[in-house]
Amino acid sequence: MLRLYLKALTTGVLTEPVPYIDKDRLLETVGLELKTAIERKFSRSLAIRHIDAGSCNGCELEIHALNNVYYDIERFGIHFVASPRHADVLLVTGPVSRHMQAALLRAYDATPAPKWVVASGDCAACGGEFGASYASCGAVKNVLPVDATIAGCPPSPLQLMQGLLNTLKVL
Amino acid sequence: MTETTKPNGAWDVFMSELNALAEDQADRRTLSGVDMLMLAPENWGKAAQIARSHDARWAGVWAEDLSGRFSVDCCLECQGRYLILRTAVAAEHPELPSHAPFYPAADRAERHVRDMFGIRFIGHPLQEQRWTRHLAWADDEFPLRKDFPAQGFPQASTPPDKDYPFLKAEGPSVYEIPVGPIHAGIIEPGHFRFQAVGETVLHLEERLGYVHKGIEKIAEGRDPVSLAKLAGRISGDSAVAHAWAACRAMEAAAGLSCSERADYMRGILAERERAINHLGDMAAMCNDVGFAFGYYQFGRLRELWLRDNRTLFAHRLMMDCIVPGGVAVDLKFDDCAAMKETIATLRAELSDLIKIIDANSSLEDRFLAAGVLSPAQAQALGALGFVGRASGQIFDVRKAPGYPPYDQLDLTVPVETDGDVAARFWLRYKELRTACRLLEQMLEQMPEGAVLADWRTPEAGAEGFAAVEGWRGEILCYVRFDEGNRIARYYPRDPSQINWPALEKIQIGNIVPDFPVCNKSVNGSYSGQDL
Ligand code: SF4
Repeated sequence: MLRLYLKALTTGVLTEPVPYIDKDRLLETVGLELKTAIERKFSRSLAIRHIDAGSCNGCELEIHALNNVYYDIERFGIHFVASPRHADVLLVTGPVSRHMQAALLRAYDATPAPKWVVASGDCAACGGEFGASYASCGAVKNVLPVDATIAGCPPSPLQLMQGLLNTLKVL
Repeated sequence: MTETTKPNGAWDVFMSELNALAEDQADRRTLSGVDMLMLAPENWGKAAQIARSHDARWAGVWAEDLSGRFSVDCCLECQGRYLILRTAVAAEHPELPSHAPFYPAADRAERHVRDMFGIRFIGHPLQEQRWTRHLAWADDEFPLRKDFPAQGFPQASTPPDKDYPFLKAEGPSVYEIPVGPIHAGIIEPGHFRFQAVGETVLHLEERLGYVHKGIEKIAEGRDPVSLAKLAGRISGDSAVAHAWAACRAMEAAAGLSCSERADYMRGILAERERAINHLGDMAAMCNDVGFAFGYYQFGRLRELWLRDNRTLFAHRLMMDCIVPGGVAVDLKFDDCAAMKETIATLRAELSDLIKIIDANSSLEDRFLAAGVLSPAQAQALGALGFVGRASGQIFDVRKAPGYPPYDQLDLTVPVETDGDVAARFWLRYKELRTACRLLEQMLEQMPEGAVLADWRTPEAGAEGFAAVEGWRGEILCYVRFDEGNRIARYYPRDPSQINWPALEKIQIGNIVPDFPVCNKSVNGSYSGQDL
């Protein structure tokens, strides 16, 4: 047990100021605006339900990374919820496979209004490498009204954060 | 291209029995260095029976529409050597004896072939039960037939697949828990049907296919570069491994070998992929039993390596780094030195962490004896990768048959026999350390030279086969070219296709709340299985 505490203490706090790579002042402003926007528009808490509608799982890996100690997205008031009934935003990844179409529509219907749909990753935004076919509906907008998109294959945690910030700005 | 090991007694006996099924010498060929045997359709089932009696492993089946007939291939492995069986069935009467009575692994794979081509496997216990197909196309439509357009004939909205015949349990106090396709976490979609009494699971049935994206169909007509890109997106966590398998198969078809340096670079990318995935899964396994410390620590180490990937290879998941003819990235001297340092750091960190984990009784409590896959079950299913190796199955493509650069490296494959969650956790830890050693060897021994060879257009009809040990286990890949450098057929067999049924066995007798950690300890790819 002692070792555990020692390791935890010596590891220290690694959570980084946002954004850690971009020296761009503008982005820092966006970072602040994010918190402000969430505080103002969502009473300090934005609930996101992620839905994989047919992704290759690359997008999920990076969304997961948002919760690691470096990004720690919850500190901005963003958290991922287990049910669409608790969600403000549906974060949809992947092209929408035809086999997931009904489930996605049901999750959308189960999300209380007001709600927003963010299509995350190139596949969700425009169909990506898979496009539309007998098995895939292509981009999320072919199935649901989409409020914002985040480009990238997959979008990195930083791109995801920037994408979410931009989304909040236009809401 | 696949190197074969020296002939040995067991293999020779196996082959001589199978050879007796082939009619003449012309029926014995090779495909990319792998033995291939042409069989009459009526001998198809018999061949599986013989293979089973020699403990050969059943590794996959795929078909192709050759206008007027379907060609069907089956891949077996015995003593670290591959064998491909090939037959053809007439299009008017597409029937073949099933391998499923001898090999449970053939169950879903044959149903996939049936759904995609309309080939019926006679003697299959679930012959009429669809697998890959839900309701996006009709039961008399077969997407991988040449006359089926890639766009298909979709309805405006595909209805949910309500009528799949799940096994029903009856009796007092037995209840059913349907889960999915959308799960509670940030995870891929699939459906699980549990039958339980109290907390204990009596039976688990998986229903997958939700993320079927028609990968095999949309691969047709692509050029090699575009196919490699698609291969890297079969399962995003295995971007390197699938691209490597596809490129090796295409290079075999083209009669091209890439430079030694390119092989080393591919090995470095693949071992880094193994490391980041094991770190991620070890973090997730800790998280699934509420051990936040492990979740944060392993997650931290993973993030550091992802950032290094970004710096070194311009992509955190190393997508599109492996291309036909070699690699699109290279390491400078300084990069190699920096990577060696991060490997040393990772090793030191792991040594710290593992002592803490080892001394943690609550972890031990949840991991030990949970989710057991016995060696006998693993062998029967042909379980692959760390799932197989945690249950005593020693197979590793890197070791035998082997392929460059691993044939020039010193590689010991760790194996455990307990088959529980703890064994899979430890095995991943050991594989992580092995990956570190392999990376160091590769950085040390990597020869100078170019990393990308000029592509050579293969002849129309040229085929290639390749196997690669991805972080999840063996990936098989078959390609055939058309005219003009175009892909006629691409079949990738992700290890998940074989390992998913293992999870059904693993969960039996365990409590429902242990499902997340049992599932994570296997971590099948939904996307890789659904294609
Ligand atoms: S955008 Fe890229 S990473 Fe995301 S699902 Fe599509 S192919 Fe995978």
